[in-house]
Amino acid sequence: MNLRRDVFQAIADPTRRSILLLVASQAMTAGAIAANFNSARPTVSKHIQILTECELLHQAQVGREVYYQLNLEKMKDIADFIEPFRQMWDARFNSLENLMKQHKKS
Amino acid sequence: MELKTKVQAEPGRQEIFITRQFDLPVDLIFRAYTEADLLAQWMGTKVIKLENERHGSWQIETSDPNGNVVFKANGVIHEIVTDSKITRTFEMENTGFPIQLEYLTFESTSAETCLLTVHTIFKSVADRDNLLKMPFAFGLSMAHDRLQNLFKN
Repeated sequence: MNLRRDVFQAIADPTRRSILLLVASQAMTAGAIAANFNSARPTVSKHIQILTECELLHQAQVGREVYYQLNLEKMKDIADFIEPFRQMWDARFNSLENLMKQHKKS
Repeated sequence: MELKTKVQAEPGRQEIFITRQFDLPVDLIFRAYTEADLLAQWMGTKVIKLENERHGSWQIETSDPNGNVVFKANGVIHEIVTDSKITRTFEMENTGFPIQLEYLTFESTSAETCLLTVHTIFKSVADRDNLLKMPFAFGLSMAHDRLQNLFKN
């Protein structure tokens, strides 16, 4: 067994799912990823390490920086399609709520 | 922290439930669904037609920044009860997706909060799963394009 960790165990964690969604839109450095979380930097680094170990993230050297990117092939194996769908609706409903809060005030 | 928006999609079933808790009275949320200018604003689309009555129809159209129409949808309203429910069909034009049936339920949970449930019925389990995958697939293809651009330079 080359894989030290199970992919589905890796994506069961909400922070790690958030990391995957972050790098889905752009390749990011560990620092840029960590800036999106309240957790301590080493905690986020540990999550990145786990995702890298189970090949969900690839590392790419760009100049002096290491960027983390989504491993698209591996991601295709995962059936966790619901979270992006949920986030899409969450964003729409947030717009609805913000809009109607303005109407409530006026 | 509890999520305000939840999606329930049991494996092997041709339906989904989307629920959302709002920090607003139920009548404001119902208005957001039934007043064309409000619907247009939060959905980010153009509302061509919205007839809030039994056997009334609705039609929306979304354009890209260049004005090209990229998405069109329409349907018929079967039931509408103010601040309580809307039952309607939903057809995405030119996509190959069969028409969906939507049951929207608006429930007041307090004077200042409410719960919206969108229960959608699909023609088949495969159709449901394909629709659920759309934002995921879109995210992946965007990620792919961005990566290609990043490493081309």
